[in-house]
Amino acid sequence: MAKPKVAFFDFACCEGCQLTVVDSLQDHVELLDAVEIVNFREAISRQDDDYLIAFVEGSITRPQDEERLKRIRQQAAIVVALGACAHTAGVNALKNLHPLEDVRRWVYGDKAEWYDTYAARPISAVVPVDFAIPGCPIDRDEFIEVVKALLVGKKPPIPDYPVCVECKLRGNVCMFHIGKTCLGPVTRAGCKAICPTHGDGCEGCRGPIPHPNENAMKDVLAEAGLTVEAILSRFTMFNAYRESEVVE
Amino acid sequence: MSQVDVNIHVHHLTRVEGHGDIVVDVKNGEIKTCRFEVVEAPRFFEAFVRGRPYSELSHITSRICGICSVGHSTASLEATEKALGVQLTEQARLLRKLIFHGEIIDSHVLHTYYLVAPDFFGAHSVIPLVETHRDVVLRALRVKKLAGDLCAMVGGRHTHPCAMTVGGFTHTPTEKELRAMQARLIEARADMDETVALFATLPWPAFERETEYVSLSKPDEYAFIGGQIKTTDGFIYPIEDYQKVTNEWCVPFSTAKWTRHNRESYMVGALARFNNNYEQLHPRAKEAAARLGMKPLVTNPFLNSAAQVIEMVHSVEDSIRIIDELLTRGVKAEAPAPHQVKACEGVGSCDVPRGILFHHYVYDDNGICVRANCIIPTNQNWANVNADLQAFLPQILDRPQDEIRHLLEMLVRAYDPCISCSTHFLNVTFV
Repeated sequence: MAKPKVAFFDFACCEGCQLTVVDSLQDHVELLDAVEIVNFREAISRQDDDYLIAFVEGSITRPQDEERLKRIRQQAAIVVALGACAHTAGVNALKNLHPLEDVRRWVYGDKAEWYDTYAARPISAVVPVDFAIPGCPIDRDEFIEVVKALLVGKKPPIPDYPVCVECKLRGNVCMFHIGKTCLGPVTRAGCKAICPTHGDGCEGCRGPIPHPNENAMKDVLAEAGLTVEAILSRFTMFNAYRESEVVE
Repeated sequence: MSQVDVNIHVHHLTRVEGHGDIVVDVKNGEIKTCRFEVVEAPRFFEAFVRGRPYSELSHITSRICGICSVGHSTASLEATEKALGVQLTEQARLLRKLIFHGEIIDSHVLHTYYLVAPDFFGAHSVIPLVETHRDVVLRALRVKKLAGDLCAMVGGRHTHPCAMTVGGFTHTPTEKELRAMQARLIEARADMDETVALFATLPWPAFERETEYVSLSKPDEYAFIGGQIKTTDGFIYPIEDYQKVTNEWCVPFSTAKWTRHNRESYMVGALARFNNNYEQLHPRAKEAAARLGMKPLVTNPFLNSAAQVIEMVHSVEDSIRIIDELLTRGVKAEAPAPHQVKACEGVGSCDVPRGILFHHYVYDDNGICVRANCIIPTNQNWANVNADLQAFLPQILDRPQDEIRHLLEMLVRAYDPCISCSTHFLNVTFV
């Protein structure tokens, strides 16, 4: 049986998720026997336009990117958003909080018209997306699990419960109890609560859970003497683009 | 060779970070066009960090780059800490250096083994080498994993380290973890030896073009974090004067800006650091340099990759030393150094894997960022990459077109360009 062909593409991003893919292979070299990687510009020179699964990292930030993404969609049977920039538009969408013209002039001055840009958006705003691997960056174990699921035709196991569940399992002290702010109660788990485990409150990089318990979040905040407004800045860090739910 | 026609358009050069094209047009032996074009989508970090609180800046700007996120975090924190007047504890200072070494090793092994070595083995990537050069690939994987684990031990995660924060860290590694890591670093000496031996055998393309080499420099150590700006043309500047070095301008075919100082272009990165700070390398790293046949001034840009091998040896040795120092002092969990928010301004700099990096922030009374400027190493190299391409092409015009293309690709790749980094430039004049 021919190995399924897999391709990696990127738009506006830091390529940290593709690097995480490279790192995840350290402990799973066997995956290279199960798939054939035909396109991965960052790591290999081969470029082939015949593939079954496309992993797409990065946000769409200019009109000419749409055409490239649509070609990828046309070719691939399965399109997976790889990481926050592709999934929720990530930090790229922070620029959407400013007037676009102002952003362009601020960076490129009187040469602004040389450079195309528009509001940053997740790839699901341009083409239908089958699955998303959330996170900034993605979790390497979760990536491996998703690939395994796709190879046997199953739905990838992305949790729909909040980070708090994983955080409690790890026995962490609640961030709110040590005077820190945390988006764990409303953010999708799957990261093993890595930030709270290292003393830093959740920044929401994996996007909100499908039906966040907003009242419970408000209660937690009230108990800590905080309000939604006070932590709004934190909530926009990775979620400035709002219509980003593709994993349901 | 005179009447040759060459037409090359390498669309999206592979095995580099980000999107860039090489464009060459030669008619009747005359070079009409020969340049590297940056086509990466701009991301506008400097514009959108305005309005964000100081405490978020390092976590946002680390997202400029997936390879050198520790470097961006470090430069960002240096800028904010200088602005606020935060003094790190000795332990935090040592841990910052330690995680920085982890990233130097990680990034250099990625570039030298995964991205550069396949050119010399006639492979399109590191993957076929699993069959033909298994020991080489396994060694690369082992060193890469060590470096990633070192970063994760200190920063919680390698890519976008969550535990690095203003005033220090939100997490401290245990003495047990440090001891285990040190044992692995000591074991890695054998891999470093083999690495030097391997790269000493590679047939680097012959090409010399002297340029101005720019890096950080410190009186007491091989500089990676802080110090002064030093150039091989004899200039020294405090970090705050970085704009005297980086004089930036826009070119229409590139979403990354260019820089120039004393000449039409300058070079930053491992080779620039090596040329400026050779004397401060660890003795084992100097030994590696001797085996690679390198002593300043090295003017072949292809040897930037060899300089990275030398730095890997240095960083392994200095990490072993730093862990010794940490263990001797005794490691304790520390809260980040206290600080008070005020209107302030600061410039931070560190010499990340690809070269000297600057972050410059202005904060208002409430600690909200009102201005930011990030100057990325790869940007500082673009003008020099193009000057090299134009000097190198006439020397190889008599070769078959495929070989010309391959050699030009190798030349650009030698700089270890990080193109997604380089498209976040800002044209701000600070007064």
